[in-house]
This record gives sequence, C-alpha cells and structure tokens, in this order.
Amino acid sequence: MKSIQSRLLKQKIMFGLFRSAAWLNGLAVLVVIYFIAARGLSAISFEFLTAMPLDSMTKGGILPCIIGTFGLSVGAVLFALPVGIATAVYLNEYAKPGKLVDFIRFAISNLAGVPSIVFGLFGLAFFCIMLHMGVSLLAGALTLGVMSLPVIIGASEEALKAVPRTYREASMGIGATQWQTIYRVVVPAALPGILTGTILALSRAAGETAPIMFTGAVFFTPELPRSIMSEVMALPYHIYVLATSGLDIEQTRPMQYGTSLVLIALVLGMNLFAIILRQKLRKKLNL
Amino acid sequence: MNRIERSLTGIEENDPGNPKFLIRNLQFYYEEVQALFDINLDIFPQKVTALIGPSGCGKSTFLRCLNRMNDLISGARAQGEVLLDGENILSRQLDVVSLRRRIGMVFQKPNPFPKSIFENVAYGLRITGVKDKAYMAAHVEKSLKLAALWDEVKDRLHAPATSLSGGQQQRLCIARALAVEPEVLLMDEPASALDPIATLKIEELIHELKQKYTIVIVTHNMQQAARVSDTTAFFCMGKLIEVNSTDIMFTRPKDKQTEDYITGRFG
Repeated sequence: MKSIQSRLLKQKIMFGLFRSAAWLNGLAVLVVIYFIAARGLSAISFEFLTAMPLDSMTKGGILPCIIGTFGLSVGAVLFALPVGIATAVYLNEYAKPGKLVDFIRFAISNLAGVPSIVFGLFGLAFFCIMLHMGVSLLAGALTLGVMSLPVIIGASEEALKAVPRTYREASMGIGATQWQTIYRVVVPAALPGILTGTILALSRAAGETAPIMFTGAVFFTPELPRSIMSEVMALPYHIYVLATSGLDIEQTRPMQYGTSLVLIALVLGMNLFAIILRQKLRKKLNL
Repeated sequence: MNRIERSLTGIEENDPGNPKFLIRNLQFYYEEVQALFDINLDIFPQKVTALIGPSGCGKSTFLRCLNRMNDLISGARAQGEVLLDGENILSRQLDVVSLRRRIGMVFQKPNPFPKSIFENVAYGLRITGVKDKAYMAAHVEKSLKLAALWDEVKDRLHAPATSLSGGQQQRLCIARALAVEPEVLLMDEPASALDPIATLKIEELIHELKQKYTIVIVTHNMQQAARVSDTTAFFCMGKLIEVNSTDIMFTRPKDKQTEDYITGRFG
C-alpha cells in the first residue's frame, strides 16, 4: 500500500496540472486581446467608427462593416431563435419517439458538423439563386442562421430538460393544455438557458466569414445598406479583404487590427447584453 | 372487496351518500409490467380517503388514475372503470383537460411555478382566459384564504413564490389547485417534505377542506392517515388489500398484512 504522503503528492501534482490547464485558457484570451489591442488601438478613432471607407479602403472608417455585421448576426438570431426553440420544444416536449425523430436528431447533429464554407455555397445556391434573394443582408443572415441552428437547438433542448417535470405536472393537473403548459410555464423557465446557447451562436455568427462571403457580404459598398435586400460590408470579411487583397496590405495593418478590435468589442458587447438579459430573467423567475 | 363485505365491516354505518368515485376492476400497466391488479374502491364526497402501503405498492399510480395524470407517461395504460359521478373517466372520448379542472392535485414536493405568489394562484384562471383584474384579484384572495395562507402573504403577493417556506409553498400549491374550483383534491404525500409544524398546518387545512371537497391522500405516515382520514385503503404489491373506516382499520384490521404494516412490522 502506498503511503499517505505519496498519495497526497500525487493529488498535488494532478491538481496543479489541471489548474494550469484552466489558467492557460484565461491567459490565451488575454494574449489575443493584448496583441490585437496593441496593434489596432492606434487606428481607432471617432472617424474610424463612424465614417465610410475612403481611397479604396486605405483610409476612412468602417461604419458600413459595423452595421453589416450587426445586421447579419441579429438577423441570423431572429431567424434561428424561433425555429430553434420550436424544434427543441417539439423534440423534447411532445415528439413521439421513433424513426422520424431519430432522423431529425441525426440531421441536426450533422448540420453541426458541416464546414462553414459549405454553408456559404449552400446559401449561394439556395437563398441567393434559387429563392432569388441575390447577394443580400437577408440571404447572408439566413445562411448564418441555418449554421447557428444546431447550437441553439442543442442549448434549448438542454434547458428544457432541466425544467422540473413537476412544473409540467402541476400545470396539466390544473387543467392546462399541453400547449399552455409549454407556453406559459416550460419555455419561460427554460429561457435563461436558451439565451446562453443563443449567446454562443450569436458570437460565432458575428465572426464567420465563409458563410457570408458568397451570400451577403461584398468587398466594398459605396453606401450604407438601405434594406434587407442590400449587399453589406462585414467586419470579418473586411479584415480578410484588407489583409489578403487590399490595395496596400502593409499600410493598412493598423486598420486590419483596428477592425479586429471592433469585431471583438461588438461580439463582447452583444454577449454582455445577452448576459444581462439572462440575469434579469433569472431574477424575475427567481431561479 | 365488494360492497357486501364492506357493509359487513361497518363502513356504511352512517350512510355516506353516493360515492364520488366508483372504481371497478381497475388494472394498470406500465408497458408490460402490471402495477395495479383489479382494484375496486368507492370514494365518498366530503370525506378524506387515505391510501397507505409500502413504497412501490401502487398507491400513487392509483391516485394518478383518478385524474388521468398517468397519460403523461408513455406506455402507461389502464383497464376497467373509474366512474366519476357515473361517467367513466378512462374513456378515450373523455376531455382530459376539463376532467383535471374538476380534480385538483397537490404533489409530494411543493412545486410552485417560478412566478409570483399571485401569478401562481391566478394561473388556473389565466389559462381559462379570465382577463377581469378585479375578479382575478378577488378570486386569488379567496383561494389563498381557503388554503389558510392569505394572512401570511397578503402584503407580498408579488414576491416570488420561491421566497416562501416549504410549508407555505405547499399551501400555495393547494391554493393554486383550489383556484379553479375543483370538486376533488388529490394529494400525493403532501407533507412528506415538510417539518412537523408545517405538516400540522396542512393536516388542519385538510380537515377544513373536506367540508367542501372529496379528498384522496396518499401518505407514508400512519399517524397522519389516522389523524386526517375517514376511510383508509391499504395497498400492497399493486393490490388493494383492505379498505375500511379509519377507526376500524387502525384498531381492528381484518387482514394480517394490514396489521403488520400499520404496526410497523414491515414496509
């Protein structure tokens, strides 16, 4: 039998290793933010955030990209959230187990594994060409939305599973229909968890380049989007364009990093909004 | 046990009127496993009927047959007759939603919704489409008074239900059930998660409520069955072993198993 000292030493070593793994994550985020901020902060100015790009995008601002990315990701969530919640409610609350449900689950998990560039091509073929949407905010948002669905469905299902069965029984026991039970009790109780999944989906959607570059985003637009059928500029695509095929790649480095910084800030800002919303809901539900 | 036997045991000593529930040859299955065997029981209005028996004996399953709550479990099915005022509630044509309005249910663990105290009680009215605020408020107050909770919560009706103590939460759940004005109240071990003082309050409440409602209560607590009920039914292994007036059941049980269970020799 090993001595108590050697067992305790083993515990110390293992705990130390696990702790370093966790710290590494925190460190990675800080390093990323530091590098981008150090290189991009100099580019950030009021003009940068509020002006149109000038001189073939070597000067001026990135306002259309900010608006475009905001529009694309909000649009994606507006589409994916209702569809995702509806799917999760069906699967978790009243679907009769069987081949059909198995197939739907199989399809969803496969959807999660499809590379984003494939979503881009799908969006081009389906939304832009087949449904005649052209390259537009709408087509881009829908493509991003389809890509976000598996995350939102997964999180929603988990959240619904976490709602105690006794809530459902209490509601049905009073003579509520199953729909009333879902609508008035189950989904409200699951909403904070559903929102968490939405936050994840939103962050990913905002940063994606591949799905939007054939469907919604363009190299350059001379004006801000006027409708959901307009082409838009987007932050991640703008970074990609400046860094790979801009007029003066070296000179625009600070703009590339500045744009990245704005993208990170936008994602964090949207996350923060969702987190505050979630806290408010939790408080209201007193969970 | 049939009617003749029961009259021999003295249960109809003081004529209790027509039974609210008439259960005949009830069989119940979870998938292929039979959980209830040929249950025959009469449940009388304005009386408390206690269902006792060891864990897994089928008493909760039986209780949940009375409001078709077992419908929520896939693979569950019942055979036989459960007549509520003469109508077989096991019938496929029966509207389960209106059945459950007539039969309130209180569960083992207090399960208020994550809403305010007021909204918990108002829930049953909201789902029927009541919009009139004055009517709603009056009705919520009446239900909370019936559940003997009004005085404790009248100043904080909009506080979350979860801010109440366990015993208060359980009385809130009773108020919630009473708000839709049911005829029957089913209680599945309503005090098992509560401390003795809260339990006493629930028992006093049951005593009050039986003036108006038919009450069926599942309990693991023999003293509780003896204190609150008029009739006691003893279940074991999915069978109804003995039913009798509570006084007789606890002093002169007929069946050996009943006696063993009541006196704590098994269970």
